[in-house]
Amino acid sequence: MDVSSGDLNAPHSMGTTIIGVTYNGGVVLGADSRTSTGMYVANRASDKITQLTDNVYICRSGSAADSQIVSDYVRYFLHQHTIQLGQPSTVKVAANLVRLLSYNNKNSLQTGLIVGGWDKYEGGKIYGIPLGGTVLELPFTIGGSGSSYLYGFFDQVWKEGMTQEEAEQLVVKAVSLAIARDGASGGVVRTVTINKDGVSRKFFPGDTLPLWHEELEPKESLLDILSTAASPEPMVS
Amino acid sequence: MNVSDSTPAMNNLMGSEADSQRTLYPYVTGTSVVGIKYKDGILLAADMGGSYGSTLRYKTVERLKSVGKHSIIGASGEISDFQEIMRNLDDLILYDNMWDDGNSFGPKEVHNYLTRMMYNRRNKFNPLWNSLVLGGVKNGQKYLGTVSMIGVHYEDNHVATGFGNHLARPLLRDEWHENLTFEEGVKLLEKCMRVLLYRDRSAVNKLQIAKITEEGVTISQPYALKTFWGFSAFKNPTAGAEGSW
Repeated sequence: MDVSSGDLNAPHSMGTTIIGVTYNGGVVLGADSRTSTGMYVANRASDKITQLTDNVYICRSGSAADSQIVSDYVRYFLHQHTIQLGQPSTVKVAANLVRLLSYNNKNSLQTGLIVGGWDKYEGGKIYGIPLGGTVLELPFTIGGSGSSYLYGFFDQVWKEGMTQEEAEQLVVKAVSLAIARDGASGGVVRTVTINKDGVSRKFFPGDTLPLWHEELEPKESLLDILSTAASPEPMVS
Repeated sequence: MNVSDSTPAMNNLMGSEADSQRTLYPYVTGTSVVGIKYKDGILLAADMGGSYGSTLRYKTVERLKSVGKHSIIGASGEISDFQEIMRNLDDLILYDNMWDDGNSFGPKEVHNYLTRMMYNRRNKFNPLWNSLVLGGVKNGQKYLGTVSMIGVHYEDNHVATGFGNHLARPLLRDEWHENLTFEEGVKLLEKCMRVLLYRDRSAVNKLQIAKITEEGVTISQPYALKTFWGFSAFKNPTAGAEGSW
């Protein structure tokens, strides 16, 4: 009865919204929590922000399998690198390792990634690594299917040198806006903030997010609305 | 290419001319509709989303409508096709009223009309891309049925379209019983709609519930449901298994 994707010629879209922004002192990584198989939400509370080292994290979008295997390999290589180096790896090295895998396997992989972290040499850094394996060091970047809805938003509100609070609020607001319009994004908003003092994970469930255009305040049940309604005939035909 | 393929008898089977007129895929779509019988009549629920592919484009689409005095219809699928169906139904009711003979179409008749409409279009390879739920009460008799885009139709105590078939019907099989009160019915439908909100990508958190009894039709104002995300497992799902999801 149900026709799922409809047009078989349409480009394969990456379910997810992922964001990485730099601020004055570090970086904030953000993501939604929806993993879908077709139109079914397989996991409504996934964790798309994955740890590579103590000070470097990666946001994953696209194929769950591809992004996980790339993260696992990079974590493994970075671990060895850290031992050999005798000190924490830099964000740049992590990004480059991701690039090697993404670029050299570009025909088999379908994953867009954002690497973000803090090291003592360069401070907070964000690297965008889209399909194909290009690496771009950027003040902020967005990815995943939900990002289409955020280009205009970021064009308008982005500014350099934000405070940690401003950056976190910006990321949460952005992911929440994308969730409102992208069917492939949803669930909760997760953020990971990385700076010289370490890593801080935050979790924003749906009821803590702002309401956007045409969104209503959630209620327990229609029955509560009916019983508290002012007029005698609240239901109209 | 065979000469026999271009004879008039085989014309439509070649596809090239027929293709210019057929519906290939939907554009703006509504997702599940869920319906149950209860003590006083029928309850229908549907969200107000009109998706454009994976974009949640429209959020105030009314997918539950009354048909005459005795029926309500809920539609999922292509919204433009639903609007066309409503034009046909409104005409049907109008002509019925013009007879002015004291008789009016009940839900059974409307359901049958819909079935014929859907099946005949399907036979011409140009379906109305909808799955419909039709419910009503006439002379104390409760009626609840469904029709798909290919003309599959049946009645039951509880029906659903789209994802509702997979997520709502198991819940209804378990918890529906004869003579549900209005409150119980609404709570049950809300339970179904909440699961759909969690698990259907095209669901939006704004819904309406329609009620039909012998007295008449009422469709609620739009409202949103509370959702629960407070499981401890949701806070840090990869705590014990870094790299997983």
